[in-house]
Formats: sequence, C-alpha cells, structure tokens
Amino acid sequence: MKFPQQLIPGPLKRPSAPGERGNGSGNGNGNGAGPVDQLKEVPADLVGWVDERTGGSGFLTGMLYRKVPKGTNWFYTLGSATLFAFVVQALTGVFLAMYYTPSADEAYASITHLTNDVFLGEFVRGMHKWGASLMVILVFLHMGRTFFFGAYKYPRELNWVIGVVLLILTLVMGFTGYLLPFDQRSFWATVVGVNINGTGPIIGPYLSDFLRAGPEFGATTLARFYAIHMLLVPGLLIALIGAHLYLVVKLGTTAPPWVSAERKPKSLREEQV
Amino acid sequence: MTRRRVFGVAVQGLGGAATAAVLLPAVGFALAPVFEQEPELWQPVGTPEDFTSDAYTPRVITIVEDIGEAGKTTVYVRRGDPGLSEQEPELPPEGANDFIAISTRCAHLGCPVRYVQAASNFICPCHGGVYDFQGKVIGGPPVRPLDRFQTRILDGQVEIGPRYSVTGQLDPVRYRDPGEFTGGIWEYLYPPRPSVPPAP
Repeated sequence: MKFPQQLIPGPLKRPSAPGERGNGSGNGNGNGAGPVDQLKEVPADLVGWVDERTGGSGFLTGMLYRKVPKGTNWFYTLGSATLFAFVVQALTGVFLAMYYTPSADEAYASITHLTNDVFLGEFVRGMHKWGASLMVILVFLHMGRTFFFGAYKYPRELNWVIGVVLLILTLVMGFTGYLLPFDQRSFWATVVGVNINGTGPIIGPYLSDFLRAGPEFGATTLARFYAIHMLLVPGLLIALIGAHLYLVVKLGTTAPPWVSAERKPKSLREEQV
Repeated sequence: MTRRRVFGVAVQGLGGAATAAVLLPAVGFALAPVFEQEPELWQPVGTPEDFTSDAYTPRVITIVEDIGEAGKTTVYVRRGDPGLSEQEPELPPEGANDFIAISTRCAHLGCPVRYVQAASNFICPCHGGVYDFQGKVIGGPPVRPLDRFQTRILDGQVEIGPRYSVTGQLDPVRYRDPGEFTGGIWEYLYPPRPSVPPAP
C-alpha cells in the first residue's frame, strides 16, 4: 500500500535517486491559489519551518525510506508489535497511577475503587493487565524470530545483548507490577517470588532484604515495588529501547536465511581474469 | 604532563566526584534497610493454662506494625511435652513448662501452613509441603523444619518474641528466609544478615 504522495510534506518525501526526476521537494508556495489551496500548504510549511531549524528531515527520510532486504515478511513486525505493547503499557500505566495509592492500608481499596467505580476503569486496568502478558509473549516471539533467522550474528551481537537486558527488565516489570493490586493472590505470589530470590547463595538473603526493605514484608515494601515498577525500570526500558532501535536503523535488518545473497558470477569471473 | 592533560584529568575527576556525590547517597538510601535491625516485639498470647501439650492452639500476632492485616501472622502454640523428648533423645529436650510457638511460614517459599489436628500435621497449600507435630519435614519440597518463635513467661502471660530457624535436629539457628537450608555448610552459603537477630 502506498501512502498518497500529496499528503506527505515536502521535506519528508522520498529523496529522488540520481538520474530520476525530482519529485517536487521544491514545492510551489501556492502563489495565486485560493484560500483552500493556501490552507493545504500549511502542514508542509510547518514541517519546513521545523526542518529548517533542526535538520531532522534527513534523519527521518533516511529512516523511513531505508532499504530492507528481499524476503522481509510478517515475522519482522514482531519487534514493532512489542514496542506497541510497551507504549500501551506506558500510557495505561500513567493513567492508572492517577487513581492508585501505594500504601499497604489503601492499595487494595484504591484498586477496587478504580476497577468498579471509575468510568472505564475496568477497561483501562484490563488493558494494562492483559497487555503485560501480551508484551512478555511478544518479547519471546521477537526473540525467537531473531534467533531462528540468525539475526543475532555479526554485526548485531550488541543488539542481541541489549534485547536480552530488555527481556529481563520486562520480566522485572511483571514481577513488581504483580504485587500492586495487593490482594491475597498478589501478596502471596510476591512472598514466594522474593523468597525464590533469597535462595541464591551468598547474595540471596541480602537481595530479598533489599526487595522487602527489611526482613519482613513491611510498610515500605509496596512503595518500593511501586517505585521500581513505575520509575526505575521504565526509565531503563525507554533508554535501552532507544539504543535498540538506533542499532536496528543503523545496521539494517537481516534477510531471512532462505534468501541467498545476490551473486554476480560474471563480474567475479571478470575480476579473476 | 601537559597543561591540556592536567585540565582533562581535573575535569574528569570533578565530574566523577559530582556524580558520586549524587549517586552514592541515593544508593545508600535505597540499601539502608538491609543493614537495619527492627526492634524486638514481645506480645502476650494468653496464660500458661490456655495451652496443652498434645494439640496446638492458634494465636494471631503482629510481626510488622502499622500496616494492618498484612503485618499479622498466625502462630501455633503448645506446651512442651517431656514424653516426646524420651521418644527421640537426639532432639533438644522439652520441659513441661516450656512453650513451643511454631511459625506458619512454610520453609519452602513462605506460604502460610495450617495445622490439621486429625493428622497432627502442618500442611502447606501452595506446593504440598507436610510437617509432623514438631514441625519436621515429612513430605514435599521444604528444605528445613518450620521456624519457631522465642517464648517466655512474664506477669503470668505467655509471650511470643523474635522468630528463629532450626536445623533438621531442631537446634536453634539465626532466623533466615524460607527456601534457605540450615546447618553445616549452609550457615556460610547463607551468611548472617544484619537485619535479623542472632540465634537464641
């Protein structure tokens, strides 16, 4: 599907290849046109104004019109799907925080209020809850695609490592978020989870003390989980997703393993001769 | 050492010091609870006549103050039974005036166990841990017997104090989290934490 050319502001149009006729990056400014035509130029003028001061269109067109290998298919959308799931989590999380109280006495009541009384509360909370599981599933599918297509190989090893850190951080989000409703299930599941952390030799006991803020589940445990869940880990996630995407754009995507590289045996032979 | 290099090192050093001045206090702030010990709580749970040696009586105590129901836990209390010590002389002796308070925190991963009088067993609902009358493991995944609480009698009341863990032979050791083995080399692999009191 092609995006209609007249809807794309001039600076963001595909740069013309050498030898090709220009596609109108030098837009007429609508001299002598009616007010409707002049209005149509407003988006292009705005984009042009910003572009003149940032020079961002070069980066944007380079990213939007970058070459992708032959054989690119639907499996290549799993990364974008994961990113979309993350954006949904971030947005719904911000709005859930408007009604949530991270204190042991009030957390459960605030969640009940949010779910049962607030307009569309059940829906927004449902998006966050089910979106969390969906994001974990998508992360694993994306990881499987990268593995089975061999897309982790040179020069993309660093992006694989960043991706693994992102996977761990996603699971940390799941673990810390599970406590927040503070009902029986989430409380005891978190008790079990923290104690599993504690069984690691040498550092385990200190790790669970850190997670609980003390030897028992106390007044600050919930606040600590909340801060990790909505401030610490999201910040790390956003920074690392940025690095992940930068490397994807910089290095490009890999062709599927069943698409062999284009060979030019003729020219090779010529060189040998 | 050139002038340029002196300034380069100085700028990096200052930047590092400024970063550390912000980061170190913040990290110490977050880690502080690992090194703090909570004050000991002793709570009366009834007179000595309330408890028998052949059955456990449940009592609810507070282990964390000011957080409502989440800070409470059930404790199973009974009187010591000298007969049990005669049957198993390798275990620490129980006197008739001792009081044994068993923690309901499963030694597997911390779920709450319940005492079933018909079987004289403690049973955990989460992963199927089973303990005998004295809290020793007789089935399932738990790695050590059930924890206990220190007890004392003050002003005619039985009082429950800090929690402690026991080895497979019911010898007291310092309290540790569920899932951690006790005794032998495990005392070193799970080192003492500053946040819990030493063994009684």
